[in-house]
Amino acid sequence: MNAHLQPSGSAYFLDTVKPDVETHALAVIVDNEPGVLARVIGLFSGRGYNIESLTVSETQHERHISRITIVTSGTPVVIEQIKNQLGRMVPVHSVADLTVQGNSITRELAMVKVAGQGEKRVEALRLADAFRARVIDAGTSSFIFEITGKSDKVEQFISLMVPLGLVEVARTGVAGITRGPEGMKD
Amino acid sequence: MATNEMTGAEIVLKALTDQGVDTVFGYPGGAVLPIYDEIFQQEKVEHILVRHEQGATHAAEGYARSTGKCGVVLVTSGPGATNAVTGLTDALLDSIPMVCITGQVPTHLIGSDAFQECDTVGITRPCTKHNYLVKDVNDLARILHEAFYVATHGRPGPVVVDIPKDVQFAKGRYVGPKNIEHKTYRPQVKADQAAIRAAVELIATAKRPVLYTGGGVINSGPTASKLLRDFVEMTNIPITSTLMGLGAYPASGKNWLGMLGMHGMYEANMVMHDCDVMICVGARFDDRITGRLNAFSPNSKKIHIDIDPSSINKTVRVDVPIVADVAHALEDMIRVWKSKSVVLDKKALDTWWKQIDGWRAKNCLKYKQNADVIMPQYAVERLYELTKDKNTYITTEVGQHQMWAAQFYRFEEPNRWMTSGGLGTMGYGLPAAVGVQQAHPDALVIDIAGDASVLMTMQEMSTAIQYELPIKIFILNNQHMGMVRQWQQLLHGNRLSHSYTEALPDFVKLAEAYGCVGIRATKPAELDDAIKEMIKTPHPVLFDCRVANLANCFPMIPSGKAHNEMILGEEVADEDVGSVIDAKGKMLV
Ligand SMILES: Cc1ncc(C[n+]2csc(CCOP(=O)(O)OP(=O)(O)O)c2C)c(N)n1
Ligand SMILES: [Mg+2]
Repeated sequence: MNAHLQPSGSAYFLDTVKPDVETHALAVIVDNEPGVLARVIGLFSGRGYNIESLTVSETQHERHISRITIVTSGTPVVIEQIKNQLGRMVPVHSVADLTVQGNSITRELAMVKVAGQGEKRVEALRLADAFRARVIDAGTSSFIFEITGKSDKVEQFISLMVPLGLVEVARTGVAGITRGPEGMKD
Repeated sequence: MATNEMTGAEIVLKALTDQGVDTVFGYPGGAVLPIYDEIFQQEKVEHILVRHEQGATHAAEGYARSTGKCGVVLVTSGPGATNAVTGLTDALLDSIPMVCITGQVPTHLIGSDAFQECDTVGITRPCTKHNYLVKDVNDLARILHEAFYVATHGRPGPVVVDIPKDVQFAKGRYVGPKNIEHKTYRPQVKADQAAIRAAVELIATAKRPVLYTGGGVINSGPTASKLLRDFVEMTNIPITSTLMGLGAYPASGKNWLGMLGMHGMYEANMVMHDCDVMICVGARFDDRITGRLNAFSPNSKKIHIDIDPSSINKTVRVDVPIVADVAHALEDMIRVWKSKSVVLDKKALDTWWKQIDGWRAKNCLKYKQNADVIMPQYAVERLYELTKDKNTYITTEVGQHQMWAAQFYRFEEPNRWMTSGGLGTMGYGLPAAVGVQQAHPDALVIDIAGDASVLMTMQEMSTAIQYELPIKIFILNNQHMGMVRQWQQLLHGNRLSHSYTEALPDFVKLAEAYGCVGIRATKPAELDDAIKEMIKTPHPVLFDCRVANLANCFPMIPSGKAHNEMILGEEVADEDVGSVIDAKGKMLV
């Protein structure tokens, strides 16, 4: 199970190893029961793991099953530990590492409010077009854009809006899924 | 009304009976009164009234650890639940199966800061394996059965079921335990066979192998201990164990190296350091075991059998991970070993054993005998000699006495040794002894205690009296928090900040006040007779064994050091003790 982690020899100079921090997106299928999210978040805070993004929603209503997508970062050992810690929780059905599986898609949605007039307003619209952001609300002095994409694209769009009158941002956090015909074990 | 409609409180009792529960350790209060009313009206489940909810949890742990069954606790809401938190955490860290039922304020009052309301599921989430708040009486039976399933399957642990008072009164449907597992929780018990083969192949190449075993062997059950013994017999591999695993392999067995770790045997730690193949069975590379991580067994390949995947590669990277129940994995390994007719390099193994004999010759437990003062080590040695032929169970508190008990008491069977390993909870031993004695009424149950620890849960003497549980509390009274004093001596310039227990009670009088028997020994010459008197007393005993006040517990791997940097008792004069740990080590716990 941990074959890819095995050091060739067997030296344990764990604390002298340069921490090669990686970012991974994990999909976690859980029973949608009270406290399940608190359990997952408590695991991360209690054991000092990072949460860069976390989304959760019920995905199968009849079976009360939810899907949590967590973007986290850590050394390979820590990432492996996080997956194992999640996997042994009683209401967790399965854990998939979307980053290791590689062949996966992650998306995030953001709503971006920009206020301004004149040239800045035109420039904001032009950029929105280039980023395929939709205008979902418009007034004489402001827009709300809806943008969907990978986190770095969303990030980039937001930073471009800063000088053009960025007022407020609401982001959903990342959701992810693997390509191909197979579904995740639940 | 459907035939199997009953009240929530009735469902609780029915579920307990159907789960085969014979004993519940508990303490009543407003939010569990309906359940207590049911307890009053039946005879199948015996309720042991403790004197503090922490006592109930440790008693349940003692009961569980000594029987292999699930311990059961019943407490009220608010303070009842918060008082149980220490024992829940203790059970989590030592993987003890426990179901703890807590009362809760009525559903409609939850969240209103009602009298004796606390967020029990919130508070106990990080200190349980799983927990439930029951909102509908029709879920109650299933949840209770599920709780037992979760507590006892996979890596065992404590499960809390929080039941609001209105749910206890409400009528609902009962379902039996048959076919109730958890919807999805299915821990892997059977190993990946490729990993088993890889393990056997690796062991076959070993010239300096060691078995490093732990509490997982005990938790797996008697078959695991049996198979472990068979495997040692077949292979002649030396074997050591953690504090939690003592008794899985007999201390009289010829391959036994003794306990390893911070206060473990010199030979066990040296073997760990110098081995070339380490077979870790149901242990988890705890920091008390490994010492300095980056110098831990630097030249070995490691096999790790554990039922909990998150224990594998957590602190120490292993070469062959095996996720499985210990008994299953050992059975597989023995089968493959036999089918491949593996034989270890006999010459290499002989050389290895010769080296081990050299380490053994250091006689690392040696201590200076004293004619006037009872040495604590001597007290445990005598206790062992005088009780070894009896049906004895040992519990401990936490401190030096615990380590001396582990070093000098010799265990031949699993489930005979109950101690708080992971959490290190002072106050564990006395209530644990209550639980053990309740499960084994005819056994000799002894808590090897410290003068400070024993005061933390002393009130449970009253429980022992009430239920005529003749537990023996053998206090190694050194008038200090000896272990704290030892560390202050090692790390803090011998400034004994608050580690001297002033105004200790007179334990003999205290015994009398509780209505049990007090015995005191102050001189080595009177020790044997006093112990014999304790053994033959058919009542609970508080034994005040006055021991040398300033004895230190050795050998010791100082924090921040490696296995081969152990200090032995005779090597350090008391005045030099302060210099054996460097600045970095002082930062560690
Ligand atoms: C509940 C709790 N509080 C504090 C500690 C820290 N601690 C560890 S050992 C010890 C002293 C124990 O003294 P005693 O019971 O007399 O045992 P001794 O070491 O003297 O044998 C203390 C305070 C602990 N382990 N548990
Ligand atoms: Mg003491």
